[in-house]
Amino acid sequence: MFRFIVRRLIVTVPLVLIVISLTWGLIRLAPGNFYSTDKKLPPAIEKNIRAKYGLDQPWYVQYGKMMWNTVRLDFGNSLKYENETVNDILRRTLPVSATLGILAYLLALVVGVFFGTLAALKPNSKLDYVSMALAMLGISLPNFVLGPILVLLFSLSLYWLPPARWNGFPSWNLVLPVLTLSAIYMAYIARLTRAGMLEVLRSDYIRTARAKGLSERAVIVRHALRGGLLPVVSFTGPALAILISGTVVVERIFAMPGLGNYFINANLNRDEPLIIGIVAFVSIAVLIFNLLVDIAYAFIDPRIRY
Amino acid sequence: MSEERTPQVPTEEGRQQTQEARGPALTPRGTPQAPPVRARAGDEIHPFPETAVGEGDVRNADAGPEAVRGTSLWSDAWRRLVRNKLAVFGMVVVGLIVVAVVVGPAIIKAATGYTYDYIPPDSKLVQSFPPFTAPDGTFSWAHPMGTDSAGRDMLARVLLGGRISLMVGIISTVVSLIIGISWGATAGYLGGKVDDVLMRIVDVLYAIPYMMIVIVLLAFFGAQSPLKQIFLLFAALGAVSWLTMARIVRGQIISLKNQEFVLAARAGGVSTAKIIFRHLVPNALGPVIVYATLTIPSVMLSEAFLSFLGLGVQAPYASWGSLAQDGIQNIAIFPWQLIFPGVTMALTLFSLNFLGDGLRDALDPQMRKF
Amino acid sequence: MSEQNGNLLSVKNLRTYFETEDGTVRAVDGISFDLKRGETLGIVGESGSGKSVTNLSIIRLIPSPPGKIVSGEVLFHGEDIMSLTQEEVRRIRGKRISMIFQDPMTSLNPFMRISKQLMEITELHLGHTREQAYEHAVKMLETVGIPEARARANDYPHEFSGGMRQRVMIAMALSCEPELLIADEPTTALDVTIQAQILELIRKLKEETGTSVILITHDLGVVAGMTDDIIVMYAGKIFEQAPTTELFAAPGNPYTKGLLKSVPDPADDEGAELYQIPGLPPDVAHLSPNQCPFAERCYRAEDICRREFPPFVQLNAEHFSLCHFAEEVYADSRAGRGDAPAGTTQGGDGR
Repeated sequence: MFRFIVRRLIVTVPLVLIVISLTWGLIRLAPGNFYSTDKKLPPAIEKNIRAKYGLDQPWYVQYGKMMWNTVRLDFGNSLKYENETVNDILRRTLPVSATLGILAYLLALVVGVFFGTLAALKPNSKLDYVSMALAMLGISLPNFVLGPILVLLFSLSLYWLPPARWNGFPSWNLVLPVLTLSAIYMAYIARLTRAGMLEVLRSDYIRTARAKGLSERAVIVRHALRGGLLPVVSFTGPALAILISGTVVVERIFAMPGLGNYFINANLNRDEPLIIGIVAFVSIAVLIFNLLVDIAYAFIDPRIRY
Repeated sequence: MSEERTPQVPTEEGRQQTQEARGPALTPRGTPQAPPVRARAGDEIHPFPETAVGEGDVRNADAGPEAVRGTSLWSDAWRRLVRNKLAVFGMVVVGLIVVAVVVGPAIIKAATGYTYDYIPPDSKLVQSFPPFTAPDGTFSWAHPMGTDSAGRDMLARVLLGGRISLMVGIISTVVSLIIGISWGATAGYLGGKVDDVLMRIVDVLYAIPYMMIVIVLLAFFGAQSPLKQIFLLFAALGAVSWLTMARIVRGQIISLKNQEFVLAARAGGVSTAKIIFRHLVPNALGPVIVYATLTIPSVMLSEAFLSFLGLGVQAPYASWGSLAQDGIQNIAIFPWQLIFPGVTMALTLFSLNFLGDGLRDALDPQMRKF
Repeated sequence: MSEQNGNLLSVKNLRTYFETEDGTVRAVDGISFDLKRGETLGIVGESGSGKSVTNLSIIRLIPSPPGKIVSGEVLFHGEDIMSLTQEEVRRIRGKRISMIFQDPMTSLNPFMRISKQLMEITELHLGHTREQAYEHAVKMLETVGIPEARARANDYPHEFSGGMRQRVMIAMALSCEPELLIADEPTTALDVTIQAQILELIRKLKEETGTSVILITHDLGVVAGMTDDIIVMYAGKIFEQAPTTELFAAPGNPYTKGLLKSVPDPADDEGAELYQIPGLPPDVAHLSPNQCPFAERCYRAEDICRREFPPFVQLNAEHFSLCHFAEEVYADSRAGRGDAPAGTTQGGDGR
């Protein structure tokens, strides 16, 4: 197990560097640049700007510098927010995104597992159909439609909840964004739980458990849950990937100062250091997170040997 | 010796479930023999993609004359599909929507002269009207979905948006199919080192946060031309989804590889490439079809959110996502600008998902609910 | 707790049906048999004959959609299991009637240690504490012949081989010293050499504890050495019922004869063709009630077999056969005559 972890960590480094290189390459290969939009700058000024940002050096020098900085996790200052370093921005925005993401996922787990298990216990019942139909809706309704609808309803019509803006934790401002973000996960988790539990409940070892005379509750909780929830556990990996795109949209809609929002702005502003910094950070986070999920999986399923 | 296992629910139809049809990549009834392949992105839609549609359902055709009803896999599956009301609902709605986006704009143009980009010359009409409302507030059939802030007919725009969204969805899925099938079939059939390497690459690629790179790509290369942007979308979104497809195809190929008809082809001297594409691929088609049907809504969702962020489809083209972005500006005052494209999109995705689910239930008897 | 005629178990007219896409499958269609204390009963049949369903029905383990025990009584010590509440049935399962299943790979919970899987039985039924249950579990493992039982008790199922896993299943089943053990094809998924060991184990434990056993299998070789009586099932019905030695010596049913003939005989000439009952198992969803289900494949079949359901003929005190020609087939067997097709009297090889 230890060797497995080490091996994975070793692979992480080149992987992140490749991703960074790819991103940097895309940025540099693209037409245009960050300092001028429509009008052409006078050559003298342009020369100064390029010198200031080191753009006049050969590309491999710039690449090398960028990689070196990345390895030291020093991404420099943002081009747009000139007074802040990228790391400052990361420090500032991460808690916002993390709060939204974690709350959304926890909510999804609780609701999803609950209804998924119930549905699996009574397949083809009304409860089953309704839950699964709602789950399907959750997957099909884009969050940028759901969010505004919720806002329309709960903020602008009923005046129950604030429509936007970050207000720290905990606060009512979190309710709508978390709900919006959570919807698709609730749906996936409910479906996964249902399918996983159904599969497990049909398996031979559940039949053995029943043949031993165990109560139905013991059968489900002690025997079925662990195997049935495995798909949900392994879903957390890909879930993070979906979370990235989900948070971006939700943060834009609700004007939350999180990583996603800043990332989009960085792209629109061609803020190279910030882009590189966020990509690096998120890549590392995703890889480590996937590693943690795999480790957790090994704890749950004793047959897995690394 | 593979005896008939006495199944938990006994052989209901008396069919011979040949144990040979199930290879190592599958989850047989009960718990898997090997550590199960862990779910990856895309598996969240269906956690056990490896279950093969093998020949277990076809009755032996060499028995006595009246003992056998020659059901093929496909007609069996079709029967099951149409019995599933939700799947039929999905099919019908998707069909209707496709027809609507294809011929709708022409019909509307003929009927009312509105197109998606027609701005009325009269400046009094350049504003957002609610659905079914004429400028003076009375009921009118002219704009069933209202108009946007530039006075353009929303229905025409939603239909055009549908065209583009569906097109992106389908073509991107085709792209991912092509890449995924080739990759997975090659890995599965050739096995050994090639398989290892190919699948390692897939594993590695899985770990990358794709969407971020796609966002960068679209943001930086996008401004060139709206048409180029769309092509970029095809490529980028197709490249996102092929990974799981490759995995599924590989699993299928592995379980089919050792079956007798492949041996027969090889004995006949058929080349490797031919074997892969002519023999194995058609048989592996079941889960591929299912996954493809489920990829389309997933890709459409990605395109939609990219367009919503301003990175996807650009003016003058519109997709449901970009319409949503237009609409959200005025959500408080003119909610229909967002709601109509949004709900239409949700309905389409809803139906596609039901159809995909239905296909999966139809083609994969093991996942059937009784 | 009255006992009827010294019978431990009395199954009367059991019918279990399944609703499937293809129609109603009559998996078990009117089965009756008795089992005395300490006896071993073998139930033999092909796949789909209903043998497993019969036994799942006895302890009401039939998944309820799509299956349903439609009618019948199962008298255990005179009490009808079918009329008990769920709670009462659970108290019998695992404690007084235990079952072991065919595939030890999938029948054990892969996520739970063996010790825990054993302990939960005695904690539940015998009220053991953790320590008591643990000791008992180790003792059971030793009894079934797991080497280094104490050390291995905390292992997971995948760390055991197939034969060992089946032993663990047997240990689980016998933990509470049940009065009846139902073994559903316990050796089918195992190697031949392991098969013999497992059967030997079952026989030994049976003798030591006096447990009655129902042994289900498709393999006649297995029942030959183990059972007192045999029931042959086909298409959900009992086709023949007799004490073991009688069945092998003088079968009274063409199906039984076919089964016996299918067992390869080492004394046969090398290269001689193996016999196989022609045709396929019946489509149990579409059986006609007006003909013998075996008629299509039977060497002895005549017109009447396709027109009328055969009678359940009593050939002697303990020997019954479901056939229009039961007496003739029986007489042929006793006289050592081979399989005579319909219409002929003598013929075939002498057996």
